[in-house]
Amino acid sequence: MKIKVIVTLKNGVLDPQGKAIQQTLNGMNFGNVEDVRQGKYFEIEVKEKDEKKAKSLVDDMCKKLLANLVIEDYKIV
Amino acid sequence: MRSSVIIFPGSNCDRDMDVALKKFGFKNQMVWHNDQSIPKSDLIVLPGGFSYGDYLRCGSIASKSKIIKSVIDFANSGGLVLGICNGFQILTETGLLKGILQQNKFLNFICSNVFVKVKDKQNKYFKDLKKDVLELHIAHNEGNYFCSDDELKSLEDNNQIAVTYCGEDGTENETTNPNGAIKNIAGIFNNNKNVLGMMPHPERMIDKYLSGEDGSLFFKNILDNFK
Repeated sequence: MKIKVIVTLKNGVLDPQGKAIQQTLNGMNFGNVEDVRQGKYFEIEVKEKDEKKAKSLVDDMCKKLLANLVIEDYKIV
Repeated sequence: MRSSVIIFPGSNCDRDMDVALKKFGFKNQMVWHNDQSIPKSDLIVLPGGFSYGDYLRCGSIASKSKIIKSVIDFANSGGLVLGICNGFQILTETGLLKGILQQNKFLNFICSNVFVKVKDKQNKYFKDLKKDVLELHIAHNEGNYFCSDDELKSLEDNNQIAVTYCGEDGTENETTNPNGAIKNIAGIFNNNKNVLGMMPHPERMIDKYLSGEDGSLFFKNILDNFK
């Protein structure tokens, strides 16, 4: 079963790459872009048929490796 | 004093560290990341570099490697653990040190000499160090130290901030902060001050032909405090 995870920086944590992308977009005449936050996307193939169990495994993975909870939040989608 | 330098795939300051430690009289051994145990040591060093290509987050993969359990056990039993640059990043990812090293504020890889102020001398690394400001070298893309307000307060309350970026005269402000680190932090201790992580490379400043010798003071001081 494929589980998808999005990891993003927490609100308030400086995201210089997002800022640079925003400024570039603004410079390309996308003037209405007010903020960009860059994140990471994972597709994890888990050998598990039960969706609940698979998601709970991935939740554990997020806490232990995929996200650093000091600065990042994660969302299983 | 016996030391061990851990080599991860992608470490690139391991040999420099070996040369530096031996120069000052450490009995150093190199330890591969896939080993399970560390030879009897008084100091373990996690060197600089790009362990596992900096994949996922700098230091995150190395922080789960086979040897790390021994490093954590050694640290928890009071042993001296020193992480330089990528080693500092690995230490934060293991949880031995608080916070995280984020990408530099201006998105640039910085390679230059900097001055750092020694903020605490009640520890085995800096006790009785003759200088308060050291000239060391930094080379990193992710050195922008960040932690939560609560963590920062506890670092300050327990004097766990080890070194901060400053000017030659010791002035600490935004202009002497190369990477945007909170409070100009260049290095921190754990609560017991046996674990030290810092971005600057003392091993690059051990010879007058290497643009400075303040790194020599650092290594000699660790040896002096061990005696």
